Amino acid sequence: MFITALKEAIFIGIPALLLFGPVTGLILNGYEIIVDWQRPILLTLVVMVGRFLVSLGSSTEKGKHILESFSRKRSANVSVSTTQTTLPPLAIAGILCVAALLPFFLGNYWLNVLILALIYVLLGLGLNIVVGLAGLLDLGFVAFYAVGAYGFALGHEYLGLGFWTAIPFGAGLAACFGAVLGFPVLRMHGDYLAIVTLGFGEIIRLVLNNWMSFTGGPNGVSAPLPTFFGMEFTSRAKQGGVPYHEVLGPIIGIDYSRSARYIFVYLILLIVVSLMVIFVVRLKNMPIGRAWEALREDEIACRSLGINHVTVKLSAFSMGAMVGGIGGVFFAASQGFVNPTSFTFFESALILAIVVLGGLGSTIGVITAAVLLTILPELLRDFSDYRVLIFGLAMVMMMVWRPRGLLKIRRPAFKLGRSA
Amino acid sequence: MLTVSELSMRFGGIQALKDVHFSVPEQSITALIGPNGAGKTTVFNCVTGFYRATSGTIRLAATEGGHYDLIKILGTPFQSSDLLNPTAFAHRLYYKLFGGSHQVTRRGVARTFQNVRLFREMTVVENLLVAQHQQLNRNVLAGLFNAKSYLTSEKRALEKARRWLNAFDLLDDANRLAGELPYGHQRRLEIARAMCTDPRIICLDEPAAGLNPNETDELNGLIRMLRDQHGVTVLLIEHDMSLVMDISDHVVVLDHGEVIASGDPWEIQNNPTVLEAYLGVEEESGETE
Repeated sequence: MFITALKEAIFIGIPALLLFGPVTGLILNGYEIIVDWQRPILLTLVVMVGRFLVSLGSSTEKGKHILESFSRKRSANVSVSTTQTTLPPLAIAGILCVAALLPFFLGNYWLNVLILALIYVLLGLGLNIVVGLAGLLDLGFVAFYAVGAYGFALGHEYLGLGFWTAIPFGAGLAACFGAVLGFPVLRMHGDYLAIVTLGFGEIIRLVLNNWMSFTGGPNGVSAPLPTFFGMEFTSRAKQGGVPYHEVLGPIIGIDYSRSARYIFVYLILLIVVSLMVIFVVRLKNMPIGRAWEALREDEIACRSLGINHVTVKLSAFSMGAMVGGIGGVFFAASQGFVNPTSFTFFESALILAIVVLGGLGSTIGVITAAVLLTILPELLRDFSDYRVLIFGLAMVMMMVWRPRGLLKIRRPAFKLGRSA
Repeated sequence: MLTVSELSMRFGGIQALKDVHFSVPEQSITALIGPNGAGKTTVFNCVTGFYRATSGTIRLAATEGGHYDLIKILGTPFQSSDLLNPTAFAHRLYYKLFGGSHQVTRRGVARTFQNVRLFREMTVVENLLVAQHQQLNRNVLAGLFNAKSYLTSEKRALEKARRWLNAFDLLDDANRLAGELPYGHQRRLEIARAMCTDPRIICLDEPAAGLNPNETDELNGLIRMLRDQHGVTVLLIEHDMSLVMDISDHVVVLDHGEVIASGDPWEIQNNPTVLEAYLGVEEESGETE
């Protein structure tokens, strides 16, 4: 056992030395080369010891067991259950209560992080419809996010829309853009579709960036802060309403606080997210949701069953875009300002990562992944240099060991009577 | 019921079908046979709307009399005469925009595939529910608010799924994933799923491929059941000659894209052209499959 491990270590040491020798042993200093033998030898030793330990470990019983568990063919990570796939109602109520009370104990910074997390939940839910349910790989989802955000900001500037009218407006606008994107890509699958949506995302961003006279270009546009029945959440009214502390102050005796506007946005967002979760979960069990999943499984079979794949695809694109658009409106409302740098490809990739990590098609998974992926980076501020690196590593490991997402996918079971 | 005449299909320089003509009588079992590469599946794809035939007509008798032109439904290129005839233009435009094989299915033509195409990661029941998509209440608002019409339509769909599962002896598998089922069950499920679209004619592409003799016998019974109890016309492609000769009322033989013979099974068995196509002309040894 030792002998074979030693042999393997030496075998691996030779190429390691050859590789490390020139790369780390020859140091260019001005015009001369300094030969440093210590570094390659040290690195080679590290590699050899590592290999020795690995081969020693893998020959023990426990090591064999671990190796086997990695290489085992994983059966589909899907189960069918008769119980409801959602959490018990009490747990949901508890989570909602905690979530609703949370902002009163947090500072503005963490409040903003939470708002962002909820926005990502919305985006994840939207993209989950397109990628997870309908199986249409969309790399440009950020376009709909941008349409929603700019829909609010520009709608306010040119049409005088308020926050509340902007939500349906932004949602509708994004849905229209979704349908517009849907048309050219109807006949595409997989890779081709991904590239076209990628292009679409970039087009939207570039238009926003370069159409100076309309969108303000890189300078961005400011969006108004949300109001509630004429109440404004600033110390002085700017939009013709009344500051909230002047209305509520005499009644319940509260003073102006800077976090009030964040708390307000957070609470509204929480309600909207809850409604959207219900919406998406219900959609999944409706004929339209089943048609989306069927389309993901087999488009040709779908056509053979009389399902118009064109309208099914369009509906998936526009429903997904709609949810993303609402996320955009909230983004603009919470930031008070939008500009094109918020809508880069990295953003699309992040949303896609949320959907993939959460497990394609799983609503609870997507919510968890969205919250984790926004809060973890904030917790790990100290490691901010390595954030993307760790993120990438996590993705690679996920794809190797849990390609179907963190949570097990459940399918609803149906009760069928036996009697004729 | 179904009349195919002068059907030709060309893929670039290859003439896959040449003047194919046959008809399928109502409530019959018609088999389409022929050596490999004879164009049987191409005929199927034309009939079910997956290919648009280069020329010829495929007519399906409508229940209320008259015919559906199954090629027009797929959307045909605009012609200059359309400019003078606005209604023809409107029709063509409509089918161009919304036409396709799904429209053929909605006229009552269902099909299965040579290599089973199920929604593998959905349950068996869900497979059958998807097939009933057209008959369901698809209103999103009704579904969101649990409207009565939505609930009854879902309930009816489940009941129908149960009936077909029962008919195909799949009730025990109802809540399993379709992809997990044994192959024979998958074949049966595919037929059950096609039946859920309420077809008047069902096209089975090699339904017995990969089945063992017992399962083939069961299939034999099921196909008869479809015709006798449910009044469905069956058109099938099959290589298993004992099955074909046993159940079909009418056999059409294709070779090199042409119909070389048609008639009842007994006639076909003794038809010299057919024997020649299958066995070769001289004393060469061939396969009867």
